[in-house]
Amino acid sequence: MAKHDYEMTWKDLQIGCIVTEPGSASQYKTGDWKSQHPVWNKERCIKCGMCYLFCPEPCIGQDAEGYFEANLFYCKGCGICAKECPTTAIHMVEEEG
Amino acid sequence: MSKRVGMEASFAIAEAAKLAETEVVAAYPITPQTHIVERLSEIVADGELDAEFICVESEHSAMSACIGSSAVGARTFTATAGQGLELMHEVLYVAASSRLPIVMAVANRALSGPLNVWGDHSDVMATRDCGWIQYFTENAQEAFDLTLCAFKIAEAPEVLFPLMVHLDGFHVSHVVEPLYLLEKEEIAGFIPPLRYPFPLDPRKPVTMGAFAPPVLYTESKKALEVALRSTKETILRVWKEFGDAFGRYYNPVESYRAEDADTLLLAIGSFTETATVAIDTLRDRGEKVGLIRLRLWRPFPFDEVRAALRSAQQVIIFDRAISLGGPGGPLCSEIKSALYQEPKKPKIVSFIGGLGGRDITPQQFEQMFARCRELIDKKIDVEYETIGVRE
Repeated sequence: MAKHDYEMTWKDLQIGCIVTEPGSASQYKTGDWKSQHPVWNKERCIKCGMCYLFCPEPCIGQDAEGYFEANLFYCKGCGICAKECPTTAIHMVEEEG
Repeated sequence: MSKRVGMEASFAIAEAAKLAETEVVAAYPITPQTHIVERLSEIVADGELDAEFICVESEHSAMSACIGSSAVGARTFTATAGQGLELMHEVLYVAASSRLPIVMAVANRALSGPLNVWGDHSDVMATRDCGWIQYFTENAQEAFDLTLCAFKIAEAPEVLFPLMVHLDGFHVSHVVEPLYLLEKEEIAGFIPPLRYPFPLDPRKPVTMGAFAPPVLYTESKKALEVALRSTKETILRVWKEFGDAFGRYYNPVESYRAEDADTLLLAIGSFTETATVAIDTLRDRGEKVGLIRLRLWRPFPFDEVRAALRSAQQVIIFDRAISLGGPGGPLCSEIKSALYQEPKKPKIVSFIGGLGGRDITPQQFEQMFARCRELIDKKIDVEYETIGVRE
């Protein structure tokens, strides 16, 4: 995206507000909506993947060791992963500032 | 060569859509528009036109299907009226903001309630601000000619706006009139193929109808408004090209015996033809009266309206709709607002009539001129008067 939304003038908009770049929604940072983010306790995590399944974004993936983590660029901080985790390995931490 | 035929205006519009080689028709029957799509469905079924005719379950679906077909770059036509136009109301805005060149004939009809299937301009006025190009026709010939022009205007690369062709329900839509139909060979090349710049195509994906948050919505509306206003240039060019090719010229504002008139009547739709009879009668009596018909409704032809009314002392405005609890006739309030900043303004007298299919006779137009004089001479200030209402 050449310009951010807030920089675009009415003359910059494509005809019909058509988005001509496929997959450009992936550049949209939904991560700045959140007021809290999930933190995993690897000692309690059994790698069951319930957080991965329930994440509505879906922004949770596995690391090299098979543990799960959230991509905070997209994570909206909804807390569903923490709520659904069967071993309470995830807790939500308030954003700072 | 063009042939002169007797044909119902609705059928003439269907013929125009056929001549334009429409590729998709998605429509739902509703009085008084039904004959347009009924005839088109026959034309498609008989193999005279290679088009998809999509039978939908409502007008909301009709306009939604039109948006889909136009978005893939197919030439798209539909028609509706009254309640049907209202049922597709929210979708109309999407067609405009997506800049899809759908052509739609609207057989103008009153809105319920009480239930009424006859003609007036209530449906037009309710969709006034939806971002479509809109113009009026007053007989079968104009409905035919201006439906053909509609495709060329709407699809022009510098335009790309949906377009409504208005005709009065029943008074025009259902009347068999003599008109010149054009032959396929005659209009060959008049409407170039549609080349929508960003059609939906899996080989080159685009997103249509993405949401615009507060940070972009204002910019999107400004862009739409500037683009819609700038379509007037192409509308004028296409009407000129049509006139040069086929001898029938159209203009945003047209006049009848208005040259030296001190009193002008301004109206839209087919009743302007009735009004010419009254103008002739009054002219025969030596009265300096004339008629202004507004053809182009959106984009509103401000300059042409101001120029047409500049030298008149009083202007009678005749509306076939009412803004309930508001300023009376919607046409009148638009004309008033167009003249507000002018240094020299005519006096304006507003009449509302012809609602829900009621006729207005030439004698009633004469009465409007007489009443206008009376109101001005006696300095009576009224917002508007209703013609023919039983007190």
